[in-house]
Order: sequence, then C-alpha cells, then structure tokens
Amino acid sequence: MVDVTLWAGLVPLADSQKHLSVQASTIRELLRKLQDRYPGLEGPFKNEVAVAVNGTIYRNDWSQEIPDGAEVFLMRRLAGG
Amino acid sequence: MTSIAVSTTINGDDVEFLCRADETLLDVLRNRLGLMGAKEGCGTGDCGACSTIMDGRVVCSCLVLGAETEGREIETIEGMANGSDLHPLQSKFIEHAALQCGVCTPGFLMAAKALLAAHPDPTEKEIRFWLAGNLCRCTGYDKIVRAVQDAAAEMRGEGT
Amino acid sequence: MSFDATYKEKKLKSVGTRPLRPDGVDKVTGRARYGADFNMPGQLVARVLRSPHAHARIMRIDVSRAVALKGVKAVITAADLPDLTNGNAALYAILDNCMARTKAFYDGHAVAAVAAIDAKVAREALKLIEVEYDVLPHVVDVDAAMAPDAPLLDENLFTQGIDPAPTTPSNVGNRSEFGHGDVESGFAKADVIVERSYKTEQTHQGYIEPHACVASCNVDGTAEMWVCTQGHFVYRQTCADLLGLEVSKLRVTSSEIGGGFGGKTHVWAEPLALALSRKAGRPVKLVMSREEVFRASGPTSQTSIDVKIGATKDGKITAALATLRYSSGPYADSWAETGAMTSFACYDLENVKTVGFEVIVNRPKVAAYRAPSAPMAAFAVESAIDELAHKIGMDSVELRIKNAASEGSRSSYGPIYGPIGIGPTLEAARTHPHMSAPLGKNQGRGMACGFWFNFGGQTCTDLNISADGTVTLAVGTVDVGGSRASLSLIAAEELGISYDDVKAVIADTSTLGYNDMTDGSRGTFSSSMATISAARNAIVTMRERAALMWDIPVEDVAWEEGHAKAVGASYDNRAPLSVKDIAAEAGNTGGPIAGHSELVADGAGVSFGTHICDVEVDPETGATRVIRYTVIQDAGKAVHPAYVEGQYQGGAAQGIGWALNEEYVYGADGRLQNPGFLDYRIPVCSDLPMIDTQILEIPNPNHPYGVRGVGETSIVPPLAAVANAVSDAVGVRMVHVPVSPPRILAALNAKAKG
Ligand code: FES
Ligand code: FES
Repeated sequence: MVDVTLWAGLVPLADSQKHLSVQASTIRELLRKLQDRYPGLEGPFKNEVAVAVNGTIYRNDWSQEIPDGAEVFLMRRLAGG
Repeated sequence: MTSIAVSTTINGDDVEFLCRADETLLDVLRNRLGLMGAKEGCGTGDCGACSTIMDGRVVCSCLVLGAETEGREIETIEGMANGSDLHPLQSKFIEHAALQCGVCTPGFLMAAKALLAAHPDPTEKEIRFWLAGNLCRCTGYDKIVRAVQDAAAEMRGEGT
Repeated sequence: MSFDATYKEKKLKSVGTRPLRPDGVDKVTGRARYGADFNMPGQLVARVLRSPHAHARIMRIDVSRAVALKGVKAVITAADLPDLTNGNAALYAILDNCMARTKAFYDGHAVAAVAAIDAKVAREALKLIEVEYDVLPHVVDVDAAMAPDAPLLDENLFTQGIDPAPTTPSNVGNRSEFGHGDVESGFAKADVIVERSYKTEQTHQGYIEPHACVASCNVDGTAEMWVCTQGHFVYRQTCADLLGLEVSKLRVTSSEIGGGFGGKTHVWAEPLALALSRKAGRPVKLVMSREEVFRASGPTSQTSIDVKIGATKDGKITAALATLRYSSGPYADSWAETGAMTSFACYDLENVKTVGFEVIVNRPKVAAYRAPSAPMAAFAVESAIDELAHKIGMDSVELRIKNAASEGSRSSYGPIYGPIGIGPTLEAARTHPHMSAPLGKNQGRGMACGFWFNFGGQTCTDLNISADGTVTLAVGTVDVGGSRASLSLIAAEELGISYDDVKAVIADTSTLGYNDMTDGSRGTFSSSMATISAARNAIVTMRERAALMWDIPVEDVAWEEGHAKAVGASYDNRAPLSVKDIAAEAGNTGGPIAGHSELVADGAGVSFGTHICDVEVDPETGATRVIRYTVIQDAGKAVHPAYVEGQYQGGAAQGIGWALNEEYVYGADGRLQNPGFLDYRIPVCSDLPMIDTQILEIPNPNHPYGVRGVGETSIVPPLAAVANAVSDAVGVRMVHVPVSPPRILAALNAKAKG
C-alpha cells in the first residue's frame, strides 16, 4: 500500500479526499487506479501532474517503481525559467 | 524618397552604399552590408549591443545615421580579428567565459577595444565606467571585467 | 535498454575542467546568428498594432485602407487565427495573448499585424488600421484587483480552490494551500512572533535580444521557422496547435539565443508571423522592438505577501504562515501556487501553512522568470527570518542553521527531502570571511537563502562517430549559457576521448526527436543524462566492432579509458583499439557507428543557495551601492565550473537589479511608463562589484555524475539579501522592493519623524 497525498486542486475531483491509500507498484499503476476510482482526475493527470515518491519528483517517468510503504505526493507540474 | 550615396571606410576597406536619410548606421551595416555582428538590443542608445567605433570613438550605431558616415572610418566586430588571429580581447573573452548568450559580446569587445586604446592599464573602476554603456543580462559583468584586465596585461606585454 | 541514472562516485577526467566553449569564436567575431540575423529570399517585414488601452472592448477593426496601401502583402486580425484550442484554457490564453480576440487586456496587447515589403511601408500600414475601442475601467495593482469593487477582467471567473465555490465572479483565479501541522498551536508555543506585509514589483527578464523570427508557410502545408527560443520543439507544438498545422510538417530551427531566463519559453508573436506568411504566401520576418518586449512579452508577477513566524527564545521556529498574492496578467495561471510551495522550502518546520491567490490584472501575461515565483516568496520569508533573528538577539545564520531542512525533513510543499544542500551552504556562509569583514559608515550586511525545484523532462540526443574518430553530438535543448561545452565534456568523459574531438550542435525539430525546452534548470541535467546514455550505447556498438576486428567473442571485449581491450590470457598480445581505430574500420564492420538516446530525465535534485550582501546607502539621496557580494550554492556536480559560476553571478546580478531598481511603472491611465532600458534600469557594469562564488557539490543521487540544475536558484536569495543589508544600513525594515532611492528616503523620513 502506498499513501498518496493530493495537491489541493485535485481534492474536489477526488470526492474531497486529500489522503488516499492505493495498492500500486509503479507510478503508472497508481495513476490508473486513482483515475478508475475518480474519473474526474483524468484531465489533470494528462499533463498537469508531477509525482513525488519519497521526496524525488517525477514529471514524466511513469514506469518509476514505488517501494512498498512509500510516501507519494501528487503535485502540479510547474513552469521553470 | 531618394537615396543618398555614401563613401566610407569600414574595417580598412573603402565601401560605398546607398541609404535613405532616415536609416541608421546599424540598419546599413545589418541590412545593406551584411555585417550582422552589431546587434539591435534597443534602438535607442541604451544597451550598447550595436557599439561600433567611428573615427576612434565608440558610438551606438543605432544613433548614427548612415548618411553621417560619409568620409568616416568605421570599425566593426567583423574587423577585430587580424585574419585568423583573434584580438587578445576576443581570446580572453572566450578563455574567461566572459560570455554566456553572447549577444552583448560584439558591443563589449568594441567598447573594450576603445578603452584599451585610451587606457592601456585601466583600473577596475575605469573598466566598469567605460563599459557602463553596454548592458549584459547574463554574466553579472564579473568575468567580463576580468577578461578585459587580462587582455590589457597581455597587450602591455606582461603576459599572464 | 533501460538506463541506470543512479549516481556512482568515480574519478572524472574531463568533467570539472574549464575548456574553451565550442561556440566561442563565432560569438566573439560576430558570426553567431541570433534571431534577427537570418533572412529568407523574398521575405516581408512584419509589424504589430498594439492596444494603447489597459482594458477595452474591441468594437470594430477596419483594415481596408491598410490592405490597399502599395507594398502591403497581408494584414491579419484575430479573425485570421480561428480558435482551435478545443477547451484547453492554457492554450486559449496563449492564443488570446498573441492577438486580442474580443478585448484588449493591457497596454501593448496585439490587435492586428501587417506584412509589407519593408519596415517603412509596414509602419505606414499600421497607421491606416482603424480600431474602435470601448474603453473599460482597468486595474493594474495586485491588491487593488482583489478589492470587492475592483473592475472585473473576466465576468466568468470564479475562484477555484474555495469550498463552497463562490457565486460571484472576481479577479482571483484560484486559491491554493500547502503545509502541515497546526500553525495556531505552533504560534501559541512561540515566545516571539514576527508579522509583516511585503510587496514586490513586476520585473522583466530583460534579455538583451528582443524576440525575433522568420516564418515561411508553403502552399503544400509545410512550414519553416527560424526563431530565438528556449524550446523549439515546444514552439513547434504550440504554433502547430494554434494554426492547425501538422506538427511534423513545421520545421523549427532555434537560432543562437540572446538570453531568455524563462521569457522565451512562451510564444508571443511567432504564430502571427506564421499566419502572415500563410496569408501573404511569402516568408515573413518579425522582430520586436525593445518597447514591444517590455509592453507585451513576459514580465514576472507583482506580489503582495503577508508572513507570520513564531519561535521560541532559543530560536526554534514553532509556526510559519504566509499568504501570497501574485498577479498573473489577464489570464489565471499557477504563479501564486508556485510561490506558496517554495516560500518555506529551506526550513524544517513542524507547523507551516501557505496560501496562494492568483490574481488577474491589466498587465501583460506573466511568463516564467528564472525560478519563477520563488524570489518574491523568499524576499518576504527571508526578511521575516532576519527580523526574527534581530528580535531574539540571535545571529541570523545561526537561526537559519538551527531551523534548516535536511535529509528526512518534510518540505513545506509536502514531500520528504533526500540529500540536500541548504545546511552545507549555511555552514559555508558561517565560516566565509565575508561574514566577519568589518563594515564602514552607512554600510550594512544582509544574507538570505533560496530554494528551487529544478526539472528534468523529455530529452533526446544523437551521438555520431565519424570515420576519423571525432564525434558530433546533436542535442535538442537550446544552449542558453554554455551547455554545448558542458555536454561535450560529458561525451568526452564517457567515451574516454579528448574534449577537442567532440563537437556539439543544437539540432532542429526535424532532425532529432522531441525535447522539452531549456527551462527549470534542466538543460545540462537532462541532456547530459541523454548524452551519457547515448555514449554508452555507442560503446556497446564499438565493443561489437572491436570483437569483429579481432574475431573474438564480444564478451571478451571490455571498454576502458576510451579503448576496446581484449580481456583474457590468450589475448594479451593485442594492442587496445582506440575510438579512432574502430571508427576507421566502421565501413567494413557494419557501417556507421552512432549512439542514440531517447529518455525522460527525471529525479532532478532540488537546489539551495545562500547569499551574503554588503551595501552602502547614501542617506542624502537614498542611493544604494552593492559593495560586496558572495554566492554559495550547491551544484551537485559542476560540469564546467566557469559556466556554473557564470550562472551564479548572472542570477545574483538580476536579483540585485530587482532588489534595487527594476520595476514596471504604470500611470493612472494604465499605460506602462517605462518601456525602455533608460527608465527600466537594469544593473550596469559600474553598479556592481565582483561577485564571489563558492560551488558546493552534494551529489544528486539520480544522476550518474551527481549533476543538479544550477541555472535558477541564484536569483532567489538576492531580493532579501539586498533588502536585509539595506535595512541593516539604514536601521529601518524595508518591506517593498525595489528598495529604490525614493522608498529608502521615505523610510528614513518616517523614521526621523518617529
Ligand atoms: S541597439 Fe544601439 S544602444 Fe541598443
Ligand atoms: S552574455 Fe548574454 S547579455 Fe551578455
């Protein structure tokens, strides 16, 4: 199980849940399962989300493995200069 | 509008061109003579990216009219190296990483050349004030000042 | 083949040296070609007509007289750019910003454009275009725009992120919140509380090269564009989307770029050049004037920020709270959210909360500016921390060390940190001689810390080995500050060859796979990862070729220091084969040798810096001079240290300009009063001292050499470092940047009056 925290903008799309537990071993699986549960997340998941796994931020590499018990944050993908 | 015929010297060569009365030297260099080393950063004399040397003096070529150059001697960045030998300022700018994007570099090199002609052994303060008409947004000027100091030493024969 | 990006400590030969950059000679001889230095046969010149009003409905545009002018080949308005954005709000904002559709939202907003045979005719044509405006009330200030009676820019904008959703529209696009713990109980535990409001003014990236492009659309649906950009692949995608072109038929070549700093991550006029070319059937060159750059291309946000920090007597922070309001121009984005994420990122806090409000105003659409949103948040927070240290009577470096985040700390934006460099930069500051140097009369010292995320992203490189053993490296991230030199070093390191045998170029969009743009400090981080991967792929091929040349199994060929070596007792008489030896035989061993890499460079390490600044303030005039400045920053690994120093110095100089002089000044009519370098004054050579740098190297675990991004963090601390120094010099807390002479004099007068 991984504990997922959603950024505030996603919370209304996920039935007002900020913290969720999901059984997933990769980022891809995690995002798919969340989206199955809350179809409203599909839009932002397309290109607005970045995923922090134990503190390291991933913006594209959805095959990244998520260790069991990892702490995961869904963040907005930001602009840089 | 009728064009004006102008005879001038650019980088030691006799050059003749036609230009309209409202065309600047920068326009002439870039659009008529294919000398694109001088850049237009502002067009109002505030950035120095268009610096060239006219009769030994640094000028903003965006503030000089093409027609005004009749009978003058113009030096541009394209004439700075002696054939395939870079001028010491050019070599030192590369060596000291005194350029990042490099768009300000031709202007700085022109201004620095005029500085060293007037003051072969400038203080840091003199360098900073001579180059104050040239904007650089990338480097913070540190490495530019060092490159000029080092080139000046080399040109005085002090080596490094 | 999957690529292992894990950091492994090893001795490096090329990486960390300071060779001459490959594009140096072109740039010192005037041969390097920037955006405006390119021409096409038969090209027309474009000019853009811009709104003189800050907020106005466009009632009617009549272009007929312009069209009729001799020498005019095309005139376009929004009608020539139909909305193909399909409900994508971000793309629609770009479209509307490129050419106003129903309303002009700021002074300088494009309303029409012409292409003509020369600049003179184009300028005359603009005068013949008649635009009828219905001028509306405007608002340019971030606080004023939040007032309940403020003029509304968009009657359909309802603040997102508020529960329950508001029923009346406002200029606030969204609210975002970050943090953990319970700030109220944290403040209850505090012995000392500092609470203040701060303001920062809008600044421009100020690249010396204005936006420029040459666009050419053909009747067969193909198109080409030469443009100065930080991301030609991204420009290609956006332009293709906006104009309905097929992506692969639009070929974009990035020119040398004369500075970007985030401002060249967005399209501004490029779609207009393409639309004009399509209409005229000829290539079109569009170069912005400096005034247009200021009025209509990406400044940063104006902000207003409240900070409250509580601490115990011994300097442990118990709670931290910030409310941040960021202006974003006429279209809501996520600038305030980014500010809210970064504000307290340097600290390990039990109770922290940040709330961001994104505010739309009648100013140009905000673009990223180097660590976007972070400098303003850091100004407010680092000023408050400074004040807190004074109040407690503790050294400000010690206070920060006591509260600094470290590996395992929960960041204020959520995740837990891996190995990070804030502590080490502070330790380095504590022992730096600058910190203890004596100060003279009217002088003051300030210091501050800063944070930036850094990004990775989609990246692609091609590494081709020529018959003579030299290497061309084609990369797709635009070189904004010397990355071709750094990437050549990386290729040389991996292959075990000399730096001089590598030539790096930036490929165009038709000759290399997609690359994200050079932003988020990703250029060297990402492309070096792809280069390492491509080189390792080439080595696999070279081992195979060596095996063929020797006629032995490939398993018996090892790669060491740039040579194939036959391993095993029976081969000990074979001389190792160099890259040159193998390349020379390539034609007979299977053809050209190359290594390619397409990957996602992820896991960019976050970056921290600490700056120290000394100033001298003239109490008569309020003028401030920076007399000494030191930058300490973690680079992970400095690939080419001279260009890393350059990034540190350049960012610091931009931050100093922001802190002391630079600001957008608007008149009561909502027009920008200072759209030129004379009145928008960026630091010049005589304004600055040498900028000392200290590079720390705390390896990023997610890069083979430990590289982190270095480009952006250096602009984050200066606003606070300078303001803290000025506050120290004049004895009044400065809360509004730029701390320009009038603001300093006003503060001194207020102090004198008591
Ligand atoms: S272009 Fe001439 S000074 Fe800026
Ligand atoms: S190097 Fe970019 S402006 Fe000077």
